[in-house]
Amino acid sequence: MSRRAIIEEAVLPPLVALLLAAVVGDALILTFGQSPGAVYKLLLEGTWGNAYGFGQVLYKATTLVFTGLAVGLGLRAGLFNIGAESQLAAGGFCAALVGLLLPAGIPALLCLPLYILAAAAGGGVVGAVPGVLKAKFGAHEVIVTIMLNFIVLALLNYLTSAKVHVPDTLHTPEIKSGALPRLGDMFSSFHGSAANATILLGVATAIALGWYLFRTRRGFELRAVGLQPRAAEYAGVNVASVTWRALAASGAIAGIGGLNYVLGYKHYYEEGFATGAGFLGIAVALVGRNHPVGIVVAALLFATLSQGGLAVNALVPKQMVDVLQAVVILAVATSVPEVRRLLRGVRRRTDS
Amino acid sequence: MNALDFLAQTLRIAIPYLLAAAGGVLSERAGLIGLTLEGYMLGGAFCAAVGSYAAGAPWVGVVAAILGGGLLAMLYATSAIRFKADQVVVGIAINLLAIGLTRFFLRLIFDSSSNSPRVPGFEVKGSGTGFVALAHNPLVWIGVVIIPIVSLVLYRTPFGLRVRAVGEHPAAAASVGVPVMRVRYLAVALSGMIAGMGGAYLALDQHQFTDGMTAGRGFIALAAIIFGRWDPMRAGLACLLFAAAETLQIQLQGTQAIPSQFVEMIPYVLTIVALAGIVGRAVPPAALGKTTTE
Repeated sequence: MSRRAIIEEAVLPPLVALLLAAVVGDALILTFGQSPGAVYKLLLEGTWGNAYGFGQVLYKATTLVFTGLAVGLGLRAGLFNIGAESQLAAGGFCAALVGLLLPAGIPALLCLPLYILAAAAGGGVVGAVPGVLKAKFGAHEVIVTIMLNFIVLALLNYLTSAKVHVPDTLHTPEIKSGALPRLGDMFSSFHGSAANATILLGVATAIALGWYLFRTRRGFELRAVGLQPRAAEYAGVNVASVTWRALAASGAIAGIGGLNYVLGYKHYYEEGFATGAGFLGIAVALVGRNHPVGIVVAALLFATLSQGGLAVNALVPKQMVDVLQAVVILAVATSVPEVRRLLRGVRRRTDS
Repeated sequence: MNALDFLAQTLRIAIPYLLAAAGGVLSERAGLIGLTLEGYMLGGAFCAAVGSYAAGAPWVGVVAAILGGGLLAMLYATSAIRFKADQVVVGIAINLLAIGLTRFFLRLIFDSSSNSPRVPGFEVKGSGTGFVALAHNPLVWIGVVIIPIVSLVLYRTPFGLRVRAVGEHPAAAASVGVPVMRVRYLAVALSGMIAGMGGAYLALDQHQFTDGMTAGRGFIALAAIIFGRWDPMRAGLACLLFAAAETLQIQLQGTQAIPSQFVEMIPYVLTIVALAGIVGRAVPPAALGKTTTE
């Protein structure tokens, strides 16, 4: 298949989906008796139109870049990681624990590697469980990661509430070292928004993942397993080992995303900070077509939607964006096979 | 609390699980993953509240829930069967859609972002408790008989045979003239309608709809199906087991004997154990989750 054909098949479904989402959005806005134009204008003004709103978009996009890359990496290996939410939470929790153990006042650059390691380990362990169960017993990773979400979140709630929480809150004590600088510290117009240096870590992770997937032998093996595991096995790839390592790495990436909240924003772990980020990560990976560049763009799109909901709440319920996000996922998933079939039909006719 | 109260409380908690699991077994045995049960229940709960509120009669709510759950199921079926979309992705999208639509229409209809006003349920005449109260609720009766009915349909009727055939080997089923797509559509639609009743039970029992009120119950039902190895009767027993664990947890809450979070984990841990084959292997229907061209 030509490069152009690959790009067409990758880019068309998200465009179709966005068009459909816009139609559904119009319908919902009209049921509320508002003008779609006014609502969309307000949505853009409240997100990309001012520094605070844009900062919030960047903050929300950062978490989604990590969960999106985590899901995307899994899908490249043919594995569906639905556990990004609990991996994100576990990463944030482990980072907060390390923060509580470290003495106060250590410069960020010294302890940052420790934090990254802790977050990656937390998420990685949660990701490795379905990986090992799949590789050793053939247990379906979709079900295991769903069930593990509930188990891990319950366990973290127990650990937080029984061991390390500040009385009358759902969060741990504040950590005293390694806070990442906020964008507002550097550019005063971003003041108040939660955007912080974790976004650089997100971009670096995206670049590293792209290099790994498309420029290394291991990445090639991983993609081969994702496309056709039997053929990969026949060619000498150890499929079981690729499977558990891909899911562990996927969990580790989601885990590092926990730093966005814990180090960059609140400086403590709080129950429920990861809620919804796992499922949105699936949406991001899907719309981004499992490509690091696409995932970063899709993360910005979904972050814009969720921040935009708050901006338009005066005109239409912010719950509208929940519907739109679901419509985008549904439409992309539904149109991918259909667009491929139609495009190939058109090409066959023009070729012959 | 005596043993009878314990059983009544267990049954009360189990009813929505039984309904969702009964629907889910049909869908999964036909080859379509039951990730969407949570969405059907949430949609059903909301429709039940709206129907019961609008008509002042809980029965209307039940009918609305059946329609709502069935509609979401048809959307899932159309996308996964007609358009061959990935079942896991579409399943998650259906759940998110149910969350989004119920939130949006909660604002639109009831002007609230948390809950509906009080809606009529199946009231108890006098002040019955325990089994007496349960016996007044027709959804309880439906919940109790639905599992044996699904079992009968699945193993003793031509339709059930066809459902199992398209879930195991759609190509073979097609080769002997089974309309694979139609059987799958029907199984999924039924699953949405039955699971929707599970949601109706929740809303009518609590006399209102609250945002996200299903709280993962659809996934517990899915866990019960897998733990019950895709057999309706065993899945029903798993529902009762999970409900008994929850009842125990409520009883123990005052005593702090076991942290409640660990009791919450029981269904999920058991499911993973069953899937990993540590205590007997749970083997899914062969064509589960696969798209088919037949």
